[in-house]
Amino acid sequence: MTIALPSATARPPRRQVLVATSIASAGMAMMIAGMLGVWMKFRAAAPVRDSSDGLYKIKDWLPADIKIPEVASNTMLITFFVACFLAQWAVYSAHRDDSRHRSMALLLTSVIGVAIVNAQVAVWSQMEIGVRDGAYQTMFYAITGTVVVLVAAGIAFSVAAFFRSVGGRGDDTQVVTAHALYWYVLTAAFTAVWFLVYVQK
Amino acid sequence: MTTIDTHAGASAGAAHPNPVARMAAWIISSDHKKIGRLLIGESMVAAVAAAVIGALLGIERMSSGYGIFHGDAAPQLVALFRYLLALGVLAPLTLGLALAVVPMQVGSRAVSFPRLAQFGFWAWDLGSVVVIVSIIGNGGPGGGNTDLVDMYLLGVGVAVLGLCAVAVSVATTVLTSRAPGMTTDLVPVFSWGGLVGSVAAALSLPVLVGTIAYLYIDHTYAATAFGGNKGIDEWTRFAFTQPATFVFAAIAVAVLAEIAPVVAGTRQPLRGPALAGVGLVTTGLLGAVTQSHHVLDTDGGFADTVKSAIPYLLFNGLPVLGVLVVLGASLFVVKSGKPKVSTSFAFALLGTLMVLLGMLGTMLQNIKATGLTGTAIEEGATTFVVYGAVMVVIGGLLHWSPKLWGVVVADKKALPLVGLALLGTVLASLPNYIAGFADQPLDAADGFGYSGPMGLWNALVAVGHVMVALSVIAVALAILASVRSGAPAPDDPWNGHTLEWAIPSPAPHNNFASLATVGSAEPVLDAKPKSEVSA
Repeated sequence: MTIALPSATARPPRRQVLVATSIASAGMAMMIAGMLGVWMKFRAAAPVRDSSDGLYKIKDWLPADIKIPEVASNTMLITFFVACFLAQWAVYSAHRDDSRHRSMALLLTSVIGVAIVNAQVAVWSQMEIGVRDGAYQTMFYAITGTVVVLVAAGIAFSVAAFFRSVGGRGDDTQVVTAHALYWYVLTAAFTAVWFLVYVQK
Repeated sequence: MTTIDTHAGASAGAAHPNPVARMAAWIISSDHKKIGRLLIGESMVAAVAAAVIGALLGIERMSSGYGIFHGDAAPQLVALFRYLLALGVLAPLTLGLALAVVPMQVGSRAVSFPRLAQFGFWAWDLGSVVVIVSIIGNGGPGGGNTDLVDMYLLGVGVAVLGLCAVAVSVATTVLTSRAPGMTTDLVPVFSWGGLVGSVAAALSLPVLVGTIAYLYIDHTYAATAFGGNKGIDEWTRFAFTQPATFVFAAIAVAVLAEIAPVVAGTRQPLRGPALAGVGLVTTGLLGAVTQSHHVLDTDGGFADTVKSAIPYLLFNGLPVLGVLVVLGASLFVVKSGKPKVSTSFAFALLGTLMVLLGMLGTMLQNIKATGLTGTAIEEGATTFVVYGAVMVVIGGLLHWSPKLWGVVVADKKALPLVGLALLGTVLASLPNYIAGFADQPLDAADGFGYSGPMGLWNALVAVGHVMVALSVIAVALAILASVRSGAPAPDDPWNGHTLEWAIPSPAPHNNFASLATVGSAEPVLDAKPKSEVSA
């Protein structure tokens, strides 16, 4: 048996890559939010003591001998925003059908991604802490390591979009837009990490 | 007008004579129906394994000092039982059904990102095998084998990422690949359940991945911030129990809302409330991401009680309300139509009731004054939700068996199994509610005792699990027997309403030879002559 239905012309799926990237990015944001929730739970549970002069209350969460390298961490945050700017440049160029600038922006985004990883490695090396040294150290490596993995995924996304661009796929503005969305969400997630882990400590 | 007839294309998916090539075709297939059936098949096997372990644990708990298992083995079996129920059965079974059916329902020729879905299945499969092997080697939560504990954490992480991949694929399909004219409010109820359930899964499961990242580094580097191997259970428990399980129960509940109007032979007048009800069930997502139970504490003053009542009702009450709305809408449409006897509807209705009992048990458990926190009632609630969802999915499999296997499983074969599955689910779960009131501790396999018929409750639990295992095996055999010897199913044996009933049985490789325009929530019903609809 067959059933007669009003016919329709075939059309491609609507913005599949963008929608899937949105859902995956939201999941990524939830993962970082969950990790920050655990971080805050540990920090809230840390013992509180009076300072030597009795004027302050000190929370024994961040070990006294650990210094957060603020220059490197702040540079890393700025670099994330640069990555967003470049990703948006790629979107702008894609909409104007400017393949040269689109490809250049995508390549530069991947290079900036590598710079972010480099900044994170600089933070790790300047802090000189061991992953086994205590709860703070273990969690610090876990959350910053997770961010590095997500940045690596972003670099892979940028490289793939770059090769598609130089390969002549000038019509896939959707992929470039999805790529920008990923970097935006990743930047938002890192901003939260920066504030809670590097600033509020 | 176009006539949808893709019988000619069905040969593309025909069985290959060489069994090795046939197996290879399944392994590398990007056909959503095959990937979905692989997920369903393996999670059915996991359901039987979980039920057997549940039965063994029930026997062990019948008497203090029974000692069937070695001291280390019992907690590992408990961990395996918990993993299998939540991530080995419930999540892949519901996502698998959604993956197999949703593209056909929304009028798509394929699932979005079929290779992602395929990756998702294999990642879940591989991760689950690693988890099982690790636990067998004393490497589960609290296990003594350090390397295998690390492997366990990796396995859970990989399995969860796989499930996320499947969820993204299903959700993207509904959002981007609907038939022309099918606006979001015209999406079939089951596809809506697939959408909201998948989105909720894609948002809640990564939280577990983040926690596992902490635990893995903590454990691998011998730190103790998270309590080492003993702390794994405490930190990951939220993902294996309520309300995290409600996220997947939403997909199951949507099966009932989908089948009820078809059985009644009429349109669903309460379609909007049914969609809202399915959506409400996924509010369990909120409880999952906060990684904690929200308890109603009546010990303090009025203000404190209200303060705890709000999150309690939000996280525990809304999913219950959602199921009640779906049940109400389904029963209303059945009452207003001319219902036929249907095994699939019986499975779906009774399974949804079991899910509801699990949710009510969770509500009860989270009232502080009852003193039920940390007791066996939590295990009872989980088995109610999981086995209830298994029953609903079995109903869905019987309903969509013409599209998935090209056969109709005879009611006389399957109807007795409804009673077996129902009794098994009740026995496997309800005695744990009673044992909870007797303060039987959660997850303890031995070394506890209380006044009361402890042996009876746990014996009943063991019997219930065995009955569930038997019912799952029997359903699988009934489907297999129908595939081997049954007559080919008609294209539309149930007088269906949605697009999947406009294509041949079994559904061809690319589902639709030509696309159709959709103008209502029941496009196939619209296209049928009035006489055929009333018949």
